[in-house]
Amino acid sequence: MVHFSTDGRPLPTPTPITAPYFEGLRERRLVLQRCPRHGYFFYPRGRCPVCLGDDWEWGELSGQGTVYSFTVDRAGHDPALASRIPFAIALVDLDEGPRLVGNMVDCDVGDITVGMAVEAAYEDVDNTTLLGFRPVG
Amino acid sequence: MGKRAAAIVGLTEWAPKRVWDEPMFTMEACARLAAEVLADAEVDKGEVDGLVINGLRESPLFAPSALAEFLGVRSNFNEVVDLGGATPAGMVWRAAAAIEVGICETVLVFTPSVPAPPQPGANGGPMKMKMGAYMGGEVWGSPQGQFEIPAGLVAATPSFAMAASRYMAAYGVSEETLAKVAVDSRYNAQANPMAVFYGKPITVDDVMSSRYVADPLKLLEIVMPCYGGSAVLVTTAERAARSPHRPVYVSGYGEHLTHKSITYAPDIVDTPIRLAADRAFAMAGVSRDAVDMASMYDCYTITVLLTIEDAGFCPKGEGGRFIDEHSLRYDGDWPLNTHGGQLGMGQAGLGGGMSHITEAVRQVQGRAGERQVSDCNIAYANGTGGMLAEQVALILEGA
Repeated sequence: MVHFSTDGRPLPTPTPITAPYFEGLRERRLVLQRCPRHGYFFYPRGRCPVCLGDDWEWGELSGQGTVYSFTVDRAGHDPALASRIPFAIALVDLDEGPRLVGNMVDCDVGDITVGMAVEAAYEDVDNTTLLGFRPVG
Repeated sequence: MGKRAAAIVGLTEWAPKRVWDEPMFTMEACARLAAEVLADAEVDKGEVDGLVINGLRESPLFAPSALAEFLGVRSNFNEVVDLGGATPAGMVWRAAAAIEVGICETVLVFTPSVPAPPQPGANGGPMKMKMGAYMGGEVWGSPQGQFEIPAGLVAATPSFAMAASRYMAAYGVSEETLAKVAVDSRYNAQANPMAVFYGKPITVDDVMSSRYVADPLKLLEIVMPCYGGSAVLVTTAERAARSPHRPVYVSGYGEHLTHKSITYAPDIVDTPIRLAADRAFAMAGVSRDAVDMASMYDCYTITVLLTIEDAGFCPKGEGGRFIDEHSLRYDGDWPLNTHGGQLGMGQAGLGGGMSHITEAVRQVQGRAGERQVSDCNIAYANGTGGMLAEQVALILEGA
């Protein structure tokens, strides 16, 4: 579910199963579930998406990864984010395996490349912390 | 199953329009489309015993029964298909398969996309097509609402742009090559008076100088949302033989999907089209070389490139060269989207996806007029839904 920040941004409404992920972000930690057989997975869910096992545990990741792909939104596809254009949306392959989505921060959108090394960045918006990524090195 | 047991015998299609001056309820649109498609096929309404729809605005639940009641149809096969842009292709094979197994004989397949009459108290006047950016992903419990929407990964363009971005990094296709897809489509639209861009040809320079919407995709590489509507009639091979038009067998079909949001696509440049197309060609017993025209879902230029590759018309990574080396025009050596595609004709909601099927049928039936491909017997048509997610491939063969 989506709710909106005081300045109009769409924000996630955590569910019972995703809440620990968002609590981790608030503490500047990237925590995901790890299946003992199939490793880390994203997004949080009650069963491993490979084996449907429920014997996963939360674990903390390095936050290091590479840009799998990205785009720069120059039109404001979400009218609620139109005031923020141009902004970059990236799919990031974490070193531990899973692919996540987030905005690129602390960089010029023109400098982003596929394969670029990035690290997790945390952005507080009202009472929610969003995951983003920034270039490293 | 397969092959030559069910055929498309009739079609109707309304010219896509940005602004629709004649609002009507979905059920009214279906009734009008039904009258038109039955007249085209010279089939009596009493023969219809199957209905395939995407839903009905006037009956969110019990939609098929509401439509049967409204149309006065006694129906044996009743299907709601929810595959985004792949819905029309998914509808056609479901209708064909139902006929093949003998559950029904003659099926109406509807893709209306028109605005409803204004509700009392609401603002009146003609309505401009607009799609909700979140597409339902904002509901409680939706992963999309928690991860994609807050990042701005909404609507469709940013997702396809990421496929293009990844493809360019992996295989090095140029923006000019992608632009050629839009240019050739627009050329074809000049032979289609129903196209929203009829009378408006474009050049590669026009595409290249249009503004970036989501890098690397530019405005003229993106479909224009429109209103419109269409329907086809699918029936048994036996009944089809008594039709005024050449029967078009649904001789092969395949469907595949793995994800909703593009974040979770196993590989965003190796799409589910591959498995859908492989199954369709194998079922029909047809080789890629035998295809006389292709009708590929083209919400964006990159969609066409990926479809050419993944449907097996050229090896992975060579789609750019394929596009450069072939004319994709109706009078070219590799006719593609001869109606102009959705890029040239406009995207009339689900009617946009259906336009690839209606055009393939017109070509195989020999009634494509000025843009007729000579000696056209076998067409490949497909649908792409969501974020390169739902994929349906069809082989359509003339009797």
